[in-house]
Amino acid sequence: MKVFKGRMVVPGSVTAEAVVSHGGLNTLASFQKALQFGDKKATCGDQNNPDLYGKQMAGKALCLPQTIGSTTGGLVIYCACSLKRQPACMLFSKPIDSLAGAGVILADVWLDDVKMPVVDSLGEEFLEYVKDGMQVSVGEDGEVTVE
Amino acid sequence: MFEHHMRLTKEQQAILDGEKGETLSKVMETLIRYGELFGAKEMVPVTSEYNHLVTSFGLKAMGAVYELMDTLIEAGAVSGQKFSVDPKPLDSNVPANFIQNIVFNHFMYTRQGEYEAQLKKLGLLSENAFTCTCYMDAVGNVPKKGDVLSWSESSAVVYANSVLGAHCNRNSGIIDLMGSIVGYVPYFGLLTEEGRKADWIVEIKTTKKPEAQLLGSAIGMKVMEDVPYIRGLDKWLGNELNDAACTYLKDFGAATASNGAVGLYHVEGLTPEAAETGDALVKPDARVYVVDDAELQRVYDNYPIIWKNKDAKPKLCFMGCPHMSLQQLKDWTEKIEKGLKESGNDKVLIPTVFTAAPGVLKQFESTQYYQRLKKTGVILSYICPLMYMNNPLSGKMPVITSSNKLRTYTSARYYTDDEILAQLTKGGR
Repeated sequence: MKVFKGRMVVPGSVTAEAVVSHGGLNTLASFQKALQFGDKKATCGDQNNPDLYGKQMAGKALCLPQTIGSTTGGLVIYCACSLKRQPACMLFSKPIDSLAGAGVILADVWLDDVKMPVVDSLGEEFLEYVKDGMQVSVGEDGEVTVE
Repeated sequence: MFEHHMRLTKEQQAILDGEKGETLSKVMETLIRYGELFGAKEMVPVTSEYNHLVTSFGLKAMGAVYELMDTLIEAGAVSGQKFSVDPKPLDSNVPANFIQNIVFNHFMYTRQGEYEAQLKKLGLLSENAFTCTCYMDAVGNVPKKGDVLSWSESSAVVYANSVLGAHCNRNSGIIDLMGSIVGYVPYFGLLTEEGRKADWIVEIKTTKKPEAQLLGSAIGMKVMEDVPYIRGLDKWLGNELNDAACTYLKDFGAATASNGAVGLYHVEGLTPEAAETGDALVKPDARVYVVDDAELQRVYDNYPIIWKNKDAKPKLCFMGCPHMSLQQLKDWTEKIEKGLKESGNDKVLIPTVFTAAPGVLKQFESTQYYQRLKKTGVILSYICPLMYMNNPLSGKMPVITSSNKLRTYTSARYYTDDEILAQLTKGGR
């Protein structure tokens, strides 16, 4: 078990199973098919992401360095949240990027019944340590426990 | 009320306090919370004449976005600037079979008409303002150097910052509109002097002019969201931002922004800030990335091919993601004519669609190249190829392109410009 401390971007607590992307998560490429064609598991559709391609993202602790790609990224996260197909939490090893930052803030301000805790700046060691299938717990103070 | 630490003007504070209504207050809260994530201490005025938005498509799955737009319109929270917006997803000129047409019109883009009506209410510049290359003269949304923008669309943002010297963060859809509604954007990142300095030096050591899309892809994957300062590219592009250089940088930048998250690059001796300031733009601890022929080949060889049958005969070719420039349309007309003449063919051997901004297409139609290109069988369209490709039916089609952006987001297979030309005119030989 290991505990990591980051910055709480969107507060909340949750425990979920980890899925890990070591490269930047291309939000549009990852979520677009899941959103368009009713895939409630939000299976990652990004062919360029060997870590995540074909894996379920909805309800998982999505561990990543940051997001990349299209500037639709924020609204894709917003829509995933509105459709209840969002990850249980998003955990960034780096400081959050402007697209993911926009998406999680939009969801927090404009959607009433969505909770997706978001922690960033967890450090490189976090992504080196966490593996698919590990249990990840997010505390209210930005503490992330991986076991 | 949420806690914040930003210094707001009286006007900004009044909006946040709800003096102009609850919806505008929430718009301001969104922008403040967004800015504070990145250390913004204040909001600065948007100074460009026009805005540009990324969301142009009425996808059924995006109901939450349309509801939010309705909330804004009902509250009178419309854009303070007119705006252009990304390309439309549908065009009957583009080949589609019976089932694809049913999927496009009855399952995917069922809210297109409704969404376009919302855009008009919110401040759409004109019926012809649907393109990702809004900065083309023929479209007219060309920011001035130093202008502060609230734009989105990754390829347009990176072009505006790098080639035009405007100041814009990589804003997400919806945030783009919100900055324009209140007239302010949070001051951080690429709006600041420090944020525009280079974290990387990229040294180009290729033996020939690097393919724009491949080079952009390589740099995007390496530097991610950082700012690269590129040395040695002016050897191939020259020191003047002419049509050819701007076209190259358009495609190069789009690739850096789709395979990475680059919002600004500097090209030594060419782009405005690099030409003015030179090495002083480079941070003292900048890392170095060398790009040579082998590195570009490595990137190319690592592109995954996700066609079920890797030897399938291509059924469609898309060129123009981002939309082609007038110069590109002319150059490709000549290249295709020459290729067809050499092979003894009259028309392209694969159904081919060239996409460009409506204004650029109109300009092209007035040149002698238009009829010449038409004779080769190439179809012209204003569509967004990405929107065409994003469904299981099109995804199963063997589509080829020389756009790294289209390759990144869809099952389209990448070939270099020369390889595409050989496929179109000589069947790949």
